Amino acid sequence: MQQKDIKRLTMLLLFAPFALWILLLILLPHIGMVILSLREKVAPRVYEFGFGNYIDFAMEPIYWNTLLRTGSMALLVTALALLIGFPIAYYIAKVAGFRTRGALFLLCLIPLWVSDLIRAFGWILLLRETGVISTFLQWSGAIDGPIEFLYNDATVVVGLVYTVILFMIVPLVSTLDGMDNSMIEAGYNLGGNGFTVLRRIIVPYAMPGIVSGCIVVFMLTAGSYLTPILLGGKNSSWFTEQIYDQFITRFNWESGAAFGFLLLAFTSLVIWLGLKLSGQTLANTVAKS
Amino acid sequence: MLLQSNPSPFLWGYRIYVAAFFIFLAAPLVAAGAFAFNDSLFPALPWQGFTLDWFFNDTEPKLGMFHDRRLLRGMYYSFVIACFVASLSVLVGTTNAFLFVRGDFPGKNALYIVMVIPLVIPGVILGISILVLASDTANYFENSFDLELEFLRPGIFLVVLGQFSFITTITSLVITARLKKFDDSMEEAALNLGASRARVLRTITLPFLRPAMIASGIVAFLVSFENFNTTLFLVGSEAPLTITMYDRMAKVGSTPVLNAVSFFLMVGSGLLALVSIFIQRDKSVR
Repeated sequence: MQQKDIKRLTMLLLFAPFALWILLLILLPHIGMVILSLREKVAPRVYEFGFGNYIDFAMEPIYWNTLLRTGSMALLVTALALLIGFPIAYYIAKVAGFRTRGALFLLCLIPLWVSDLIRAFGWILLLRETGVISTFLQWSGAIDGPIEFLYNDATVVVGLVYTVILFMIVPLVSTLDGMDNSMIEAGYNLGGNGFTVLRRIIVPYAMPGIVSGCIVVFMLTAGSYLTPILLGGKNSSWFTEQIYDQFITRFNWESGAAFGFLLLAFTSLVIWLGLKLSGQTLANTVAKS
Repeated sequence: MLLQSNPSPFLWGYRIYVAAFFIFLAAPLVAAGAFAFNDSLFPALPWQGFTLDWFFNDTEPKLGMFHDRRLLRGMYYSFVIACFVASLSVLVGTTNAFLFVRGDFPGKNALYIVMVIPLVIPGVILGISILVLASDTANYFENSFDLELEFLRPGIFLVVLGQFSFITTITSLVITARLKKFDDSMEEAALNLGASRARVLRTITLPFLRPAMIASGIVAFLVSFENFNTTLFLVGSEAPLTITMYDRMAKVGSTPVLNAVSFFLMVGSGLLALVSIFIQRDKSVR
């Protein structure tokens, strides 16, 4: 009997930090944010319950255009990261020799720990008007005057793909690594060509890794702040910038909270759709890594 | 494996693609680091010759990073915050690992997913939601009891909480993975030999977990040191390094001292990351 009580007490003690963490730092803050977003300012220091902040959002095309733009660019970045990253992951997991594999994987892991700020800074030094690439092209005679490569959407997309692609490659390498080579060989022996084997055997096997990578990459991109601002300039129209603007510049917390909730709801919806379409669940993708 | 057996033009193309990718990966990092050694007032070409002034020089206009008081202060705050976040998140990560590996309670699988979710919530939203709750609580105490709770205003305490809120997921996942590999018969053997539960935990289970705890602590330290999105909303007057650097980059324009800091951080975090990878790759797990 006493043994059982001790066990129950231990479980309770182990449960307490988890519960405090989730309750105080995740659940309550988000509830607080939603409540704040439903508060309208009618006069100085007088507030009323209502959907005014959301109505403002719906009535102002700049706001929802920015959200849609952020969402569609994040989807584009996710697709590009998958297209560019999958062959790299496959090379590391299946094509490279044993020694090269470890070295290449390490090369992928180390930049992961370099701050976004430094990576964006590096791109600025390469791409700006007085930057390395512009100077080099002038020196080589390919162009006559300096070219500004910064502050356009293509640069933002490249910068974002660069920032997040390793979060795609690393889970893909782990998934593909666990795949038995004989499965691929069997596919070839049964008469499949390279494309069929890829489509019918490799991709279905790697699906949990693909979905997990896509979720993380999409969320990181949609929630990113530094890369779009630094590479896209002040007019990059990124949704997190709107949130910052409402909170810090205009001190309109109610509207900022509404924007925050909209971003969370929108990204969750996209991920839910993605999981439904691919037939995966959160439990066997992100929670597994 | 399969492609290796017949070296074809396709394989060569594939290799060139992989090489190009790694050049793409390295290019901005090289640019950020290399200009730290350029003897010029601007981080740009042409190359004016090698110098270490951007690290050690003590006079304007070429003030080196080790004499730049604002950068040093930022580094100090980042270090303090990262130490708190790393120790707290390893502690809670360890209890979470025991909870989910050893525990048996209703809704365990659902709660496990809840544990993973903070990692996919955008950092900006974690920042604003914690800011809102902390300010509401502080305002409530101020209006109702005339009590000023200074620690709930933007500052180091809130930054630590904000970063802790998602970094704990990382440490929990790493330590849980390690605890799952633990062979229960080792504990049973010790218990059969007469050891108390506390002693078994101290001499067998925790030493087994130590590589994962150290490695995840290093990861937590690095993620905290480099965090920007969550920190941005919770920062008070004590700005950590990333915020100080961003302010300089965005407002003042940059001198190569930022490259020196970048170089320093890249080398530091690269070395720490290597340490954490090698600690985890130990031989005691079969």
